[in-house]
Amino acid sequence: MVKIKIFLNERPLDVKDGTTAFEIKNKFKRDADIVVLNGFIISEDTVLKQNDKLTLIKRGEIPSKDELEALMIARHTPGVHEKVKKAKVGIAGLGGLGSNVAISLARIGVGKLLLVDFDIVEPSNLNRQQYFVKHIGMAKTDAMKELISLINPFIKVETEKVYIDENNIEDIFDDVDIIVEAFDNPKAKATLINTVLKRMPNKTIVAASGVAGYFSNNAIVTKKIRENFYLIGDEVSEAKPGCGLMAPRVSIAANHQANTVLRIIMGEREV
Amino acid sequence: MLVNGREMEYKGGITISSLLNDLNLDEDKVVVEVNREIVLKKNYSSYTLHKEDKVEIVSFVGGG
Repeated sequence: MVKIKIFLNERPLDVKDGTTAFEIKNKFKRDADIVVLNGFIISEDTVLKQNDKLTLIKRGEIPSKDELEALMIARHTPGVHEKVKKAKVGIAGLGGLGSNVAISLARIGVGKLLLVDFDIVEPSNLNRQQYFVKHIGMAKTDAMKELISLINPFIKVETEKVYIDENNIEDIFDDVDIIVEAFDNPKAKATLINTVLKRMPNKTIVAASGVAGYFSNNAIVTKKIRENFYLIGDEVSEAKPGCGLMAPRVSIAANHQANTVLRIIMGEREV
Repeated sequence: MLVNGREMEYKGGITISSLLNDLNLDEDKVVVEVNREIVLKKNYSSYTLHKEDKVEIVSFVGGG
């Protein structure tokens, strides 16, 4: 009898050649109503192949921590998860851009996130930043660490409550591969980007400029300025009286940043 | 010389500081590349640009 190896809930399992996904379901978890094969939910039975990854989920059942990790991994596209899990990304500023970037990167399973911000959550942040009313008064680093633990408890999160300036940038971001510039202040943006480009040639920086208002979605673009510098935004829409920052456009830009980070991790350097 | 792909002419050269001033750009809110090399702010006033130079300037606006 020929056997093949598959992975059931991320654990190796030898099965008879020709076994189908639903046969495994009926044997191991008959009440599962979601069957994920190689990162994709299937509704029709399929014959399993060597190294297939099969995950069985019962809707609404709260899994143990071990099981949860297997179930979350199952939804990450194979080949992506392994790389993303090894990545280390620093996020400079946890406002409208940074809080959205942090959550997207946590959801896709970026292994280590370094969150840097000196500020606390204020009521005026709630129009666009990913915090809750209960976080008001709390350091943004602590609030974001808590939110990430509620979304994906398998992410390693490090925090630094510090004001970033040209004297501490190299120390703070020494251990990460990619730096996300997510500041509000344009002088702070320039300081961080100049310092990284000049003194940290092995890092890549993903920055943003021009995200205010409710101008066209499609004015927000991702540009590759040089080998290790990407810039996202429309480059002109400045936050000022009469042209505020709002959740939709800021999070469009933030997720351009997050997807750029993902593409860099996956070796896609072009925009 | 070429500034962001546009041809500009200055007799006898111009410093980066003066160029930024001319373009109405704040030297605290820019990244300046001359012939693919990043030039830091502290050198803007002493760095003279010549006609064969290729200059790229990225300027930032507030909001995030």
